[in-house]
Amino acid sequence: MSQAAVAPEIKQDRPDEPAVVFENVTIGFDNKPVLDNISFTVKPGETRILLGPAGVGKSVLLKLTDGLMRPDSGRIFVFGEEVSAMPEEELFALRSRIGIVFQEGALFDSLTVRDNVGYRLMEEHLPDEEIEQRVVEALRFVELEHTLDRFPSELSGGMRRRVAIARAIITRPDLLLYDSPTGGLDPITSTTIIELVIKQRDVYHTSSLLVTHRLQDAFVLASHRFNREANKMEPLPEGHTDPQTSFLVLNERKLAFDGSTHDLVHSDDPFLKEYLS
Amino acid sequence: MAAIATLDRAAKKGVSAVQQYALISGRALGNLFQRPFYGADIITQADIIGVGSIPIVILTGFFTGGVLALQSASTLAQFGAAAVTGQLVSFSMIKELGPVLTSLMVSGRNASGMASELGSMMVTEQIDAMRALGTDPLKKLVMPRITATIIMLFFLTIISDAIGILGGAAVSVFLLGQDSSQYFHTTYQSLHYADILQGLFKPLIFGLIIATIGCYYGMTTRGGTQGVGRSTTQAVVVSSVLIIASDFVISRFMIGLFGR
Repeated sequence: MSQAAVAPEIKQDRPDEPAVVFENVTIGFDNKPVLDNISFTVKPGETRILLGPAGVGKSVLLKLTDGLMRPDSGRIFVFGEEVSAMPEEELFALRSRIGIVFQEGALFDSLTVRDNVGYRLMEEHLPDEEIEQRVVEALRFVELEHTLDRFPSELSGGMRRRVAIARAIITRPDLLLYDSPTGGLDPITSTTIIELVIKQRDVYHTSSLLVTHRLQDAFVLASHRFNREANKMEPLPEGHTDPQTSFLVLNERKLAFDGSTHDLVHSDDPFLKEYLS
Repeated sequence: MAAIATLDRAAKKGVSAVQQYALISGRALGNLFQRPFYGADIITQADIIGVGSIPIVILTGFFTGGVLALQSASTLAQFGAAAVTGQLVSFSMIKELGPVLTSLMVSGRNASGMASELGSMMVTEQIDAMRALGTDPLKKLVMPRITATIIMLFFLTIISDAIGILGGAAVSVFLLGQDSSQYFHTTYQSLHYADILQGLFKPLIFGLIIATIGCYYGMTTRGGTQGVGRSTTQAVVVSSVLIIASDFVISRFMIGLFGR
């Protein structure tokens, strides 16, 4: 994989400030609670993997983080700003520091790959040459620079997901939110996507929150690192896990686990034991 | 008790829908004077909604004017007033049928188009993606559609009125053997500014109804492809009924105001 110059910019005023903080967040739909009293933190440069059974509210939690939904109660901070209390107009500015990869990619189907990836830059009216250069760089990162003029409908599921990753990273965000980036993909394509996530984590150290219900992908993330010389991911030595990667597990509206990979696999909690088996 | 609870839920749902409709429409229109201004999107929508609707508006206008002349000439002849066929056609076309039929055609074509396009974007998370990428969909998607529909419906109505009067002339002259100069003379002579004003005020309101209803149903679509289909149907039905109902209210108001 090419290590394109999608370099991060240090924009945080306070480097130790958590990227994301959830404080007692509760949300429900049609009088049915979905998330109940959820609290956790994502530190700078940290990758947090959010696990849980299907329909438990993982995607809702991610949308809450990006301010696309508002909690019924509780507070959510992103880079110190309370997204749960900000008006939509102010959120647009904050979202320029956040990249999000939606469950099915959510590419604009009437726009080409070039226009999809460069959408944000076009909206900011950057010069055409700069947009073209940065679009090609972002697409090179996901190894899809040959698809510039194709429409999303002409791409495979895995390619669409990679274009979505390119669209999310083009603005060099400080926080990346991945909503089931491997959902519905075959194992080989899933590994390619996870390799991209690991590359983003280890090369650019972007704080991220990744939702998945595939345990295999989660443990590949925790047990592999990106080798820049070989330009591919490789397993960490036996018994080692990535210190910047930790887990959150949701179950029945509550946060059932918040901790490291080691703590997760050695947990005595009956639900976690059953879930992991 | 269960019945009261159901009634309570339905009432709350209704009030919430009206509130959401008002919020979407109000915020979209409020965005008209705020930066960034999506002028290119207004032009694109004006092309799709306005230029794209010209063929159906011409056909509808021509045949409506024609059938109006055909039906009224025989009735007027019973009173020896066949000579005022032109007057009747122009009155009916300019004050009522031009604006209403044009709006109904545009509603069938574009309210459904808006609801299905925005609805599809909604269920495939493209609207959320747009917000996540820092663009306000009400500014980028809804405002251009409302502005373009209001402007283009105004001009489409003028085309429809003119073609309708020509259709009436074609039938009167070629089928009924009336004198063409008499037809156009009575058409022109009988019209007052109040009639024109009434006929041109209506499409502004109807355009607002078509676009806001189409966008509202699109932006509130839930439930996959079935939801998109439901939104599309509802958008056409609701906008058509609102056009006809508001036509009555506007006509009554205008007649009260101008006395004709």
